[in-house]
Amino acid sequence: MIDLRLPSFGADMDDAEFIRWNVQPGQPVNKGDIACVVETQKGAIDVEVWQAGTVARLLAEPGQRLPVGHLLAVLAGEGEDWHAVAATATAAAPAPKAEAEKAATADARPPIEERPPAPDAAPAADAGAPAARVSPAARKRAAELGVDLQALAAAAGGKPVSIGDVERAAAATAPSTAAQNMRAAIAAAMARSKREIPHYYLGCEIEVEAALRWLEGFNAGRPVAERVLWAALALRAIGLALRASPQLNGRFVDGRFEPAPAVHLGVVTSLREGGLVVPTVHDADRQALPALMHELAEALSRARKGQLRSSDLADSTVTVTNLGDLGTDTVYGVIYPPQVALVGLGRVAPRPVARDGQVVVARTVQVTLAADHRVSDGLLGARFLADLQQQLARPEGLA
Amino acid sequence: MMDAQSIRRTVIDSVMEIAPEADFAKVDPGRSLREQLDLDSFDFLNLLIALQGRLGVDVPEADYRLVDSLDGLVDYLVRHQVRG
Repeated sequence: MIDLRLPSFGADMDDAEFIRWNVQPGQPVNKGDIACVVETQKGAIDVEVWQAGTVARLLAEPGQRLPVGHLLAVLAGEGEDWHAVAATATAAAPAPKAEAEKAATADARPPIEERPPAPDAAPAADAGAPAARVSPAARKRAAELGVDLQALAAAAGGKPVSIGDVERAAAATAPSTAAQNMRAAIAAAMARSKREIPHYYLGCEIEVEAALRWLEGFNAGRPVAERVLWAALALRAIGLALRASPQLNGRFVDGRFEPAPAVHLGVVTSLREGGLVVPTVHDADRQALPALMHELAEALSRARKGQLRSSDLADSTVTVTNLGDLGTDTVYGVIYPPQVALVGLGRVAPRPVARDGQVVVARTVQVTLAADHRVSDGLLGARFLADLQQQLARPEGLA
Repeated sequence: MMDAQSIRRTVIDSVMEIAPEADFAKVDPGRSLREQLDLDSFDFLNLLIALQGRLGVDVPEADYRLVDSLDGLVDYLVRHQVRG
């Protein structure tokens, strides 16, 4: 029997609204097939099947608000009879301990259905917040309309919140709820980061003329659809450099650093209509350059079309923000908790450099590292940047 | 063989798929298309891939400086289009 559970799309995610099923009982599915669609603050996400099997029983219903780890469906594995699996599946199967720990926050929370659908999910922020004075009727209406009661109560300044207030708020915010939710999610993550993580910052200017000339040679023989961009080359170099700096690659949870076994890079992506999504590029230290470029291009395309999949948002281990295209020279980033590092890439541009006692012009990039001082010190961060410089000085090693 | 007008139309349609909010009435065809429409390197690459699919013309990186503006891009595509 194979469990299909609601995956986590980030440390700041507690739950999601179930939208619809794309499969039905008796249907054979392969790894990567889209099983269902859920709605989160990051928008509608397609949830993929992780293991091939046959759908046996669907346990989630449209409209339900479900916690991370909740059992959505059971599938029959190879050799199993799906009818038998469906008969034995129970709807009340508890989430396994690992999922429950990931989903649980610092304070024990009441079941999802009883809480108002507030966008802010950062645990530290809620720990001391006073309860909003809202009547049960107004609370119910707020749940129906998707109104943020905490924001409303804060705006009301201690006065009770009425049904009228809720309905007026809903009318005022209806058209942009998705954008506001995303903004709220970003705000919660960034506020938590600055509250909890003692950041230190290191930067260096890396000469990339050799790397870019090598890339131009690499692309010259390839059709346009197989062209590799600087962003992919940079991610590859970052992936390899991180392999040698394990204290930058992992999570800080419950007062301890857990190094990650793989290097998955979250790539900060701006959406044309405003807001950010951070799709993941997996195994940046292991994938060959063309495969990495392909995964990056596909993930960015899905992100910009609002068609993200669960594997796009699977927990990354380090985040990279590349603002070079927008003309920024240097990025001073904010670490995305529970990660412990963020790499910032500025604009690649021709700049004066010293070479053999002369000033010449070569393309360079400002790279910054923001890191968690609870886990690493400046010396380690400096080594990472030196390693990155080495990787880019030997671009053949990045293919 | 497509004429310049049809090619221009194809380019505009392809750009609209990437940047649906683009207002071509405000675009100066002689200035950088990427800058005016806020297209990043991935957007531009996707545009070239779409144009290669529709018109059979592959723009190598060495020729990027020739296709920076809308006029430049259309001229280049007219000159290089594959005879059908």
